Amino acid sequence: MYGWMGKVLRVNLTSGTITKEDLNPELLHNYIGARGLGTKIFCDEVDPKVEPLSEENKVIFMTGPLTGTLASSGSRYNVVTKGVLNGTIAASNSGGSFGPELKYAGYDGVIIEGKAKEPVYLWINDEHVELRSASHLWGADVVTTVDTIKGETDEEAKVACIGPAGENLVKFACIMNEYNRAAGRSGVGAVLGFKQLKAIAVRGTGGIKVADREGFKNAALDARKKLKEHPVTGSGLAAYGTNVLINILNEHGGLPVKNFSEAAVFPNAEKISGEYQAEKYLVRNKGCFGCSIACGRVTRIKEGPFKSLGEGPEYEATWAFGANLGIDDFEAISKANFLCNELGLDPITMGGTLACAVEMVQKGIIPRDKADLNWGDGAMLVEMVRKTAYREGFGDELAEGSYRLAEKYGHPEFSMTVKKQELPAYDPRGQQGIGLEYATSNRGGCHVRGYMTSPEVLGVPEKVDPDATEGKPELLKLFQDLTALVDSAGICLFTTFGIGLPEIAEQLRTATGLNISDEEYLKAGERIWNLERLFNLKAGFSKKDDTLPERLLKEPMKGGPHAGNVVKLDIMLPIYYQVRGWDENGVPTEEKLKELGLA
Amino acid sequence: MQVKVKLFATFRKGRFKEAVFEYPEGTRVRDVIEELKIPLKELGIVFINGKDASLDAELKEGDVLSIFPLVGGG
Repeated sequence: MYGWMGKVLRVNLTSGTITKEDLNPELLHNYIGARGLGTKIFCDEVDPKVEPLSEENKVIFMTGPLTGTLASSGSRYNVVTKGVLNGTIAASNSGGSFGPELKYAGYDGVIIEGKAKEPVYLWINDEHVELRSASHLWGADVVTTVDTIKGETDEEAKVACIGPAGENLVKFACIMNEYNRAAGRSGVGAVLGFKQLKAIAVRGTGGIKVADREGFKNAALDARKKLKEHPVTGSGLAAYGTNVLINILNEHGGLPVKNFSEAAVFPNAEKISGEYQAEKYLVRNKGCFGCSIACGRVTRIKEGPFKSLGEGPEYEATWAFGANLGIDDFEAISKANFLCNELGLDPITMGGTLACAVEMVQKGIIPRDKADLNWGDGAMLVEMVRKTAYREGFGDELAEGSYRLAEKYGHPEFSMTVKKQELPAYDPRGQQGIGLEYATSNRGGCHVRGYMTSPEVLGVPEKVDPDATEGKPELLKLFQDLTALVDSAGICLFTTFGIGLPEIAEQLRTATGLNISDEEYLKAGERIWNLERLFNLKAGFSKKDDTLPERLLKEPMKGGPHAGNVVKLDIMLPIYYQVRGWDENGVPTEEKLKELGLA
Repeated sequence: MQVKVKLFATFRKGRFKEAVFEYPEGTRVRDVIEELKIPLKELGIVFINGKDASLDAELKEGDVLSIFPLVGGG
């Protein structure tokens, strides 16, 4: 087997048994790896109606064939499970070094089943694999957990773990690896918390064989050269990180402000921008395993109440804790982001939920004696992040996410979610295509399932009119399928700013020996997208869930360059279903399923 | 006529963040970019008042011109 290791670990926490299984090559060829392969195995083994927090739900950690190789930015692994936040199929993606290390130990992935009687962690030391007690780690933050486990196992071990938020079943708890990288969305950390699996530590000393050594080396170096030469991946992301987008989205008039309730132009955007971060707080940039882009930020707040050092904040977190809460204090935003890393929380949903709560307090829906929340209050933000992780006071209500919070107070319309997952940092009234992307994403509110901001705002690979609806369903389908392939290959989505399908397919062909055309690789992405869709349909989702919060469909944007706009989803969605080969209810037709080998 | 010019990311180095300039009527985006010595091959996005603008777009009194290199993120 080349590229793939051909083996997975199956760990049953109820019985404590650990087995090693061979992977069926046919599955690998059709579903590639990581997101695709993990989803296929999950769908074959788990009833879509399973309760996310139950012994029957499983969690699959899966790498791709390019993970850990010389491929450009081949650091990624995916966590596949039925998500706690909204019950969709969840594939949460992370970089760092954990995925590569798992392959060096000899495994493509780990399938977690059952529920432990008391806290445990899994220690994978090449072929030796065991469950160990984690009772002494229960309650520990991410830094303490990683350091303690390294001390008990191997200083070179790579550790993925949950923090207190996952233990406390916060519905948007994430899984962290190497302190600061996160499988961030959908609440995958709460599933581990329920199963009482605190961490997986891995040390691998083997290598990965590729099918065509010379060909793969050439393909990988060609991709790396193109990434180095492209202005976005070669210099822009390293200099300013993802947070360079704050000023761009703000000038574009698409930076959501105060729970999407105001014009998407934040008056103090400059004070939370990537340029400001680089000038005042940036220590250095940092890359994941094998990455030449190195978009990560190491940020230091030197003094004052928010004195701290950590990684991030990225664009999404800066927006969620900044413009979306009316906060222009970069130091408070950074501190809140670092706390999310330490306690294991998704900053997008944290910020979105808090913004929903602030709006309801301002409108008198949530009484002030319950939570005295105001826009623009950085100290409140930091306090609420901590309280949410520990479910203290009002934090216990925030821990349920904005949809359940708003519904509890009788106003679900203030929850800015799709399929109960909070929307990220782009007001879709300023770019129609991302509105369609949010509405159709297989894991609910999400920007990395077909990143339409790239063509609509950034002009990469080329500019399209953000206000137009024409051509968006077709373009979105292409982006969604390509993203599914990239996520399944085990490389970072950011590589697609600089390289495309030909470079990705060539790396896959030479690494794995799976000699199929570029189009067939893209078809694997489409197969994966449809498989996810089928899972969600069986789980009970339907056309009525392919929608957006009413505010974005009915309340015209209040100002800025896109004043007066709403999202014209009613025009785009039926065309999207047609382009996908789905019927008018968004169900894949028999013909489409046959074409994809899913019938 | 007066036009506010805003620069971002690497374009600020050795230049400025934001400045108001007096330009003759008929000035186009291209003229401003040339005057600022921004190499066209580094140019990413140009907005006039938040809307996409071509190099040949003519500026008007009170316009805000925002100029970015090619950038990505997410």
